[in-house]
Amino acid sequence: MSRETSAAALLPSTVPVRFLAEDGSRVDEHDGYDQPPADRLVEAYRLMVLGRRFDVQATALTKQGRLAVYPSSAGQEACQVASALALTDADWLFPTYRDSVALVARGLDPGEILTLLRGDAHCGYDPALTRVAPQCTPLATQTLHAAGLAHAMRRRGEEAVAFALIGDGATSEGDFHEALNFAAVFKAPVVFFVQNNGFAISVPFEKQSAAPALAYKGVGYGVRSEQVDGNDALAVLSVLDSAVAHARSGLGPVLVEAHTYRIDAHTNADDATRYRDQAEVEKWRAADPVRRLETYLTNENLVSEKDIERFRAEAETFAAGVRDTLNADVEPDPLSLFEHVYAEPTRHLVAQRAQVAAELETLEA
Amino acid sequence: MTQLSMAQALNAALRDSLKDDDRVLVFGEDVGPLGGVFRVTDGITADFGEERCFDTPLAESGIVGFAVGMAMGGFRPVVEMQFDAFAYPAFEQITSHVAKLRNRTRGALSLPMVIRIPYAGGIGGVEHHCDSSEAYYTHTPGLRVVTPGTPQDAYDLLRDSIESPDPVIFLEPKCRYWSKESVSFTRDNAPMDRAVVRREGKDVTLIAYGPMVATALESAEAATAEGWDVEVVDLRSLNPFDDETVTASVRRTGRAVVVHEAAGFGGYGAEVVARITEQCFHQLHAPVLRVTGLDIPYPPPKLERHQLPDVDRILDTIARLQWNDEPAVAGA
Repeated sequence: MSRETSAAALLPSTVPVRFLAEDGSRVDEHDGYDQPPADRLVEAYRLMVLGRRFDVQATALTKQGRLAVYPSSAGQEACQVASALALTDADWLFPTYRDSVALVARGLDPGEILTLLRGDAHCGYDPALTRVAPQCTPLATQTLHAAGLAHAMRRRGEEAVAFALIGDGATSEGDFHEALNFAAVFKAPVVFFVQNNGFAISVPFEKQSAAPALAYKGVGYGVRSEQVDGNDALAVLSVLDSAVAHARSGLGPVLVEAHTYRIDAHTNADDATRYRDQAEVEKWRAADPVRRLETYLTNENLVSEKDIERFRAEAETFAAGVRDTLNADVEPDPLSLFEHVYAEPTRHLVAQRAQVAAELETLEA
Repeated sequence: MTQLSMAQALNAALRDSLKDDDRVLVFGEDVGPLGGVFRVTDGITADFGEERCFDTPLAESGIVGFAVGMAMGGFRPVVEMQFDAFAYPAFEQITSHVAKLRNRTRGALSLPMVIRIPYAGGIGGVEHHCDSSEAYYTHTPGLRVVTPGTPQDAYDLLRDSIESPDPVIFLEPKCRYWSKESVSFTRDNAPMDRAVVRREGKDVTLIAYGPMVATALESAEAATAEGWDVEVVDLRSLNPFDDETVTASVRRTGRAVVVHEAAGFGGYGAEVVARITEQCFHQLHAPVLRVTGLDIPYPPPKLERHQLPDVDRILDTIARLQWNDEPAVAGA
């Protein structure tokens, strides 16, 4: 294959892949991609309803002071849920702090997902058990870990894939560049999924990159790339299924960019009215991924009213459980600070621990 | 026992580690067919294959971050940063992840990896090739920082570091790569978190590490002509620090000098002096003094000799330890 054709083969579709228009009707912009089977779409819908309710609940709990911070993924439910559905239990997920809904879809305990954001500990779940890396704060640094772990799994003969979530802002970081390069050179089975939600806190995409789309960053590394309508669950699921299969079969890494929108502010501490118009937000509300999928499934008789009611009721129960968990007061043990700094505490840490223990005893006395 | 240079001893340690444990991998820039710019990995790719020892793209943050992922995946990476100052792009990966992942995951994930960094000066290198960056790493909880001063320790400490369940910053004094001594492979050396008394003496404790161990020993020899019997302690482990060995020595001698190439202000020596002062105050006959690099960016080769602690500066400092009860002149 000439260099020209091999480069061309890596390029994304010129129009983001799409199965559903904003009003839920079918469109034909998905050349080369198959529509996911109905049962997966219904499962995606169920999880998106659940995820949205969870997100609303977490936002409320933050306002009530039960969480220190909550970075919402409202409006990004199709991306969040498809990220989890595209993976098997053997695959590893590398989330950021904004990917709580993906972790809910992956089946993690909601209390454990929110531990970081509540401020009890740096990570509430067991990554080795769940195959979910800790929620990463330093942007893009996890993309290298995903590439390295993917390569390790392939060397061990595991047919598993690493799936790294990353935002549009983070694609400007050097580690993103280095991760794609390493992944491609080592042919690591890793999917880099960029949720382009339009903002890095207040910085809009136009100030972040001059690329025609972030998906075009892949060809420079020799990485197969795709761009997709991030609010179309059919499209996201289909594209991610294809990307994961590509990586799993040993053909190398894939870069997928989903065009979506961050409906809420960066976190509860951010005031989005300072940098964007409500009109733009409303425009994207009209492109809501949950309603779009619901409309399609209803029109196709793939879900009934009863199904929808049941999913919503289950989501309510789930949200109530999250409230109960978060309303319970947990006091982390200060002496646990000295554990897991090293495999075994050093002599110096043993001495410091004794000092703090003595302080605590004085307080209690 | 074999006569080996420090570089050869490191090479032997890598080979023996690769043989003993299938999970060990060696990678970095130019470590493969070239054998590393200092030849520390000479012949390893030829003998163990590219699966075990391989070259990476030119990206230090990438090398360390990729190693984090591989360690998560059950391997034991031993990566090389080509020079001290070229490790800085990896600083975020080292401080935010290598040092913290065990702690963040409450031990569910750990990173048994080694980052080998040739450091310090004395080779006439141009800018960015001679930094002493140990203070940045020792100040980062979660990292072990280890530095051999002899070929024997190069072998033992590197084997111990590779076997350690904790991540290790392994600082190799590049000016000593070609120094030779008899090396045994019996692994009956001091533990990796202990200092060692290299030379016994009763008048003053000279504390050194890495490239300054040999300089300290030369100074101790020269000191006999001045009538001082100098004890030399080789720290070996910068973090954890061996309080017991160091304070036992200083309580006996009552005087101490710390030597390091790195700039003095905010340097590693300040921590050593603070610890000795806190733990040995009543046994000290004089303040603990330091002989360090100047507080300047590392000089160009032609002026390097003014930067590096040498025998003369060390002896001048020992002379200021209030032997006749006159007050010490504060350090320059």
